[in-house]
Formats: sequence, structure tokens, C-alpha cells
Amino acid sequence: MNSGPALAFEKRKALAESRWKELFQQPRILVGTATCGRAAGGLEVLKTIREELKKAGQSIPVMEVGCMGHCYAEPLVVISKPDSDYAPIVYGYVTPEIARLLVRDSILGDDPSLEFMLGALEANEALPSLTDLPRFRYEKPVLLENCGRIDPEDVDQYIANGGYAGLDKALEMKPQDVIELVRKAGLKGRGGAGFSTVVKWETCRNSAETPKYLICNGDEGDPGAFMDRAILESDPHSVIEGMIIAAYAIGAGLGYIYVRAEYPLAVERVRHALRQAEDSNLLGKNILGSGFSFTIRLFEGSGAFVCGEETALIASIEGKPGLPRHRPPFPATKGLFGKPTIINNVKTLASVSRIVSRGLGWYSSLGINDHSSGTAVFALAGKVVNTGLTEVPMGTSLRQVIFEVGGGIPKGKKFKAVQIGGPSGGCLPESTLDLPIDFDSLTEAGAMMGSGGMVVLDEDDCMVDVARFFLEFTQNESCGKCTLCRLGTRQMLEILQSIAQGKAMAGDLKVLAELARDVKAASLCNLGKTAPNPILTTLRYFEEEYEAHIKEGRCPARRCPDLMAYYIIPEKCERSCDACVGTCTVEAIYVGQKRVKVIDQAKCVKCGTCVPACPPQYNAIVKISPLSELPEALPALKAKG
Amino acid sequence: MIEYLAEVNLTHHQSDITPEERQKLFDFLNSLGQHCSREQSDLIPILQGAQSRIGYLPAEAMLGIAEYLGIPEIDVYSVATFYNQFRLNPPGKHSIRVCLGTACHIGGGHIILDAWKRRLGIDKKQTTPDREFDLDTVACVGCCAMAPVTVIDSTEVHGKVSPTRVDGLLLGYKLQKEKEASA
Repeated sequence: MNSGPALAFEKRKALAESRWKELFQQPRILVGTATCGRAAGGLEVLKTIREELKKAGQSIPVMEVGCMGHCYAEPLVVISKPDSDYAPIVYGYVTPEIARLLVRDSILGDDPSLEFMLGALEANEALPSLTDLPRFRYEKPVLLENCGRIDPEDVDQYIANGGYAGLDKALEMKPQDVIELVRKAGLKGRGGAGFSTVVKWETCRNSAETPKYLICNGDEGDPGAFMDRAILESDPHSVIEGMIIAAYAIGAGLGYIYVRAEYPLAVERVRHALRQAEDSNLLGKNILGSGFSFTIRLFEGSGAFVCGEETALIASIEGKPGLPRHRPPFPATKGLFGKPTIINNVKTLASVSRIVSRGLGWYSSLGINDHSSGTAVFALAGKVVNTGLTEVPMGTSLRQVIFEVGGGIPKGKKFKAVQIGGPSGGCLPESTLDLPIDFDSLTEAGAMMGSGGMVVLDEDDCMVDVARFFLEFTQNESCGKCTLCRLGTRQMLEILQSIAQGKAMAGDLKVLAELARDVKAASLCNLGKTAPNPILTTLRYFEEEYEAHIKEGRCPARRCPDLMAYYIIPEKCERSCDACVGTCTVEAIYVGQKRVKVIDQAKCVKCGTCVPACPPQYNAIVKISPLSELPEALPALKAKG
Repeated sequence: MIEYLAEVNLTHHQSDITPEERQKLFDFLNSLGQHCSREQSDLIPILQGAQSRIGYLPAEAMLGIAEYLGIPEIDVYSVATFYNQFRLNPPGKHSIRVCLGTACHIGGGHIILDAWKRRLGIDKKQTTPDREFDLDTVACVGCCAMAPVTVIDSTEVHGKVSPTRVDGLLLGYKLQKEKEASA
């Protein structure tokens, strides 16, 4: 239709591609400095590499990249030398000392330092690569494909890897055709509920009211979920591109990207990316000469879980407390400032960019059926070997994600449950692991996709404690508008606390289950409606654990502090060793008769610091539950218990 | 424009705003007109701006912002107390944030919180009397792979924290302070 914008973008793209190629013709170093990388010391590694290169008088580019998903092995460094015999190599668990060696041997010298290698970046003939890992058979990075591979602060790198081609294409289509394309792709909202994206879009587009608004929900308040953070930090332009396309489709002129203030790095990267997109005429007035104008404002959320709920999120942008309201009217007809508003999750919008640029056939080939197309991004955490991010096609089983991609449970422990979907989700036991992951099957099993947080629990985790943890969270975060959510969650939390303390009565479980059903039925928003899920699923699959707490005063996982104690087995204690005494942070361990170490139970805060301190050949410190099984030497404590 | 600062009757509430903080507040309110409209939808960004400059939201700041936006004071107060991000008492020199997300909980985040409480002698949401440290929890910093996590001064992220690490971190600050004092 309009040859102007296409030509301009083509030129820009060619330039970006040639810059990208140029980058590959010289040695370069990538350092992962997303939040996970930083937590593991990535910034120190970065500093060391820069200093060492400076000392050697070299000006090899050192790029900061986002998260590659292999968070367990952070900090990660990638060294690529086109003139060497080796493919680019990924090094894991890099310390400043190792970084110094890498600079000396691999960058300035010719030794690839294979002892620190995690794998080659791409498949090749000489070295084992990351793609040879068993997890690669299941993984299908789509939304995460750029993460950790491009510099998030350089828009040209995004363009060179296919970025903004979707926008360029969309602007040549009619808005209605863009909606049609996304409809055929069967895109469902990736924020958790899985509602059809285009149904919302169309309602908004068809509304006669103007102006219309588009909001990207990057609030991600679910504890245990960090995929939105990773995408915003590692590939912010993919979300911005999706926003512009969506705005074009629904006819919005102003958009907000709502990012949690707890994610300072994501805020910084998004702000930078927005400026770049504006400078490149990808955002702002008359985008790529198409006549379409769209502005994005960055809004920092201020830490209220309920603001993940769309009506509450809108209230907070309007400068009010984030209280959800009844729907309908839905935001698509009456949202921000009373005008039609679309709210989409970070991953939904990042999917839009890909669907438009790569087309329908490609998107439909991912996933299993019309109901669950595309991929699912999971944040793997808890008791699993390979913690980090992963993306798998819909339909992959939980077992494959946890045991193949995640590498199973560390330290030879037994799998107990997987907690999916945060406080709105539930705990699924071993028997459900072969379920294919999609929106429907998870809901049927009592959990939900939620935002995609997946926390693996092993035999040392207590299900009562997990349920109590989530209830404490939802009770804290309840905005207080609905009585049952405000008071019901508090009552449920109190019952769970009394169970964890061994003070509950026989009828309490029944009350708990009844309350759970009532809160579910009588709450306005999804925070309240799903708050009882952790209780309901743990009761459904792990009732015997509740019973053990109530009837025997025993915590089977030996986790609830009121029902367990640490104990040093006198026969096993190596009397000349003082390791536990030295590490105890509250000086609760003393040297008793015949130099056997004893824990003063009254002083012990049950932090468990002493357990790893006891040399494995002695292994003298154990956890005991119920307290009545503590040896006779401690009558005072038993009386207390 | 901000004569109200003189009018605020400080006897009505306990306020320990320092002259320096008052000056920062004065400068901040004076700068607002340049880049902010006077819409209620600017309330949260303005509160965030005030907090990042002064470190917290003293009563004077909330009153001033209410006047600037022309909205009832209670609206400002209800927003400031609804969101976890805002604090109404002065921060310490260093802000300790213990993550209590699911992964951190499973990894013993509450034990780490206990360790900080014990060592600092304060509860969460409090500041040490010497204004050196303040302590709070955060629902999740999204760094679950490194659980349990403590964030210091909002950018320094410490992963895989143990009670002994808490002692180590505190010792680091103590040594630094001694060094500064002797320098």
C-alpha cells in the first residue's frame, strides 16, 4: 500500500544486519548481567574482565547481555573468537579469579580453558554444545530466544535478529487483518488466566469511545515467577514491538508499560529501550512514515500484589489505591479514565511480535492444539538442579520439565510436589506429573498455569508450611475490599498456624475446607478467588500430612519449627571437632560431658546452620519430630512441647 | 507556591524531619511544575519521586503533594499507605530487603530474616536507632534461582545467603565505617 515506510525500515535493517555481522568478525565477550547474574557476582566478573583487558591494552568489546536461562550456572561469560578453531564458548560459575584466567588464556592466549566450559553456544563439530544437553530436546526458545544473546540496550542488535520486522509488516496490514491473524494463531493471554487475546482486542477496537489505551502488565507480583523480569531485562524491544502492533490493531494512541518498582534493572532497561525506539521512529509520531502514532509511558508499580489484577492496575495508574472493581464493565469497554483499555501481559505482547513477523504457520506448529498453541515459559526454582528459565511447547509434561530440563532433584532427595502458578496455583504430587502442560489440564488437576512460576519441593518440605506461606502472602496482600477475602484468609491462616504449631483440633480441617470454598465463591477478584487454592490442593493430595501435625504433633518433613528440634547424636559426635560450635550464630551449642557437643534447645533458633558444618564423615546432627522423641536428657523442652 | 510549609502545624504529629530533608522536599516541590501536570494520575510517580529524594514520605511531603495536586490529603495518605513501596519513617543509611518469595521461603528466607532481626535488634519495617540500617521484606525480587536472596540498597543483590553470611555482610559494613571514621 505505502512503499515509504517499508523502504525506510529495509534500509535500517540492512544497516543493523551489517553491524551485527561486523560484530561477529572480531573477538567479543558477553557477560550475563541480568538480576540473576548480578546476584551471583556478574558485575564483579564484568569489571574484572574490563580491567584485565585495559591492563593488556586491548579494546575487545565486552557486551552486557541478559539472562540465558541457565541461572544455576551464573555468572555466565561467552567468549567468541572468529579466528580461532573453536565455536563461541559459554563458561559457567565464573568468579573474578576465573575471569582473570579466561582473559589471559582464552582471550589473549589460545587456550580455550575447557575446564571452565559449560558448552559451546551453538552446535559444532569440535566441542560439546549447550544444544547437546538433554534439556534441549524439550526446550523451544521463542520468547526467550534473544535473551542472553543480544545487548538489550542496542536496538540494532534486536533489529538484526528479526526485530521490528513484525511491526513493519503490521503497519502494511489493516488493523482488522492484524486482529484476524492473532485470532487464527489462537493466542491466549500469558498472564495466567489464559483468556483469548483477540476477544478483548476486538471489543476494544469496536468500541465507539475514544481515546483508547493499551497497557502492558509487567507487575509480576507472584512470588516464584521471574520470566517477565527476565524478558524485560534481556529483550525489552520485543515487548515494545508487541505493544505498538497491539496498539495499531485496537486503535490506541497512548500506552503504559507497568513495571514493578522491585525490578529496578528492568525499569532502567525499558526506559532506555523506549528512548531508543523513539529516536528510531519506531515509536512516537508517524511511526515509520505510516501515519500511525503511538506513545508509551513507563509506569513504576509500587508493590501491591493485587495490582496484577487489571481493574486494580488501572486504579493505580489513575493515582488511587489499587482496589479491584466488579466486572463488567470490562476494561476493554470502560478502563483507564473510563475509556476502552486493553491490558496484556509481557509474554502475550512478546508473542504478538513473533506471530506477526513469522506468520501463522510457524506459530501453529508450536503447541498441541487450537486450545493451547504456542509455548509456555516457566521459571524453575526450589529443589531442582538446573534452576532458571525454560520455554517449552505447550503439551510438554511436567515430568519432562522438572526431570529432563530441570535435571531432577538435587542431593539424591525424593520429589514431593511441584507448586505451580504462585499463590493462585496449587501443589501437584508425583501422580500428576505426566499431565501435558496446557491451560485446561492444570486447572483440572487443581492448579493453574498462573504466571508460570514452578517451585519444586522435595521430601524436606512440609505441605502445611507451604500452604501457610501462601496464605500469609495472600492475607497480607488482600486489599480488604471483600469481607471473605479480608477475614476469611485471616481465619484460614490462623488455622494453618495452629496446625503448624501442633495446637489444632480435630474439627479444624473441616472448617478450613469450608472457609476455602466460601472465600472462593464470595471474592470479587482473582486474588481472593484463587487464594484458597494452595490449601485445597494440599488437602486434596497431602491430607495425611495435615493429620500427622494435628494428631501426632509430628511434622513428617521435620520442617515446622515448633514441632521439630535439632539434636546431636552423642555416639556420632567427634569430640575433638568444634565445627558446629563455631558456626552456631546464636551460641546455642556447647561442649558437654566428655567433650560431646550439646544443643541448648532453649537457645536454638532452628536455623540449621550447624548441619552442613558437621563434617559428612560424622554426620552427627539430626532433626527430630515429634519433640516427644527427643532423648531423655531434655525434659524441660518436652514439657514445653 | 509552597507557603503551606510554614503553616503546617507540627504539634499535631510526631515528625522528625531534619532541616536537610525539609530543604530537599522544598526543592522537589518547586521542581514539580516543570515536568508534571496537576492530575491525580501523577500522584504515584510524584510520591515515588519524593521518596527517592528524601528517602521516605514525611507528613509534610504528603501535605505538600496534596496541595500541589489539589486533592484531599486523605487521598494522598491512603495511596501512600496502600502500596508496599512507600515508607513513612526515615530509612537507614543502608536498606536491607529480605526476599520472602516462594523459592526463598523453601530455601530458608525466614531464617535469614530472623538472622537480620537478631543482629540488627529491630523488627521488619524498622530502622536501627543510629539510622545505620533499616529492615524490611519484599514479596519477591524475581531472583528465585539464587534463593534465599537479600537485596541491600536496592541494587546490591546477594544470593544463597546463610545466617553466617549475614554476619559477614554486617562485619563488612562495620569495618568500612571504622575505616571511614579513622580516615
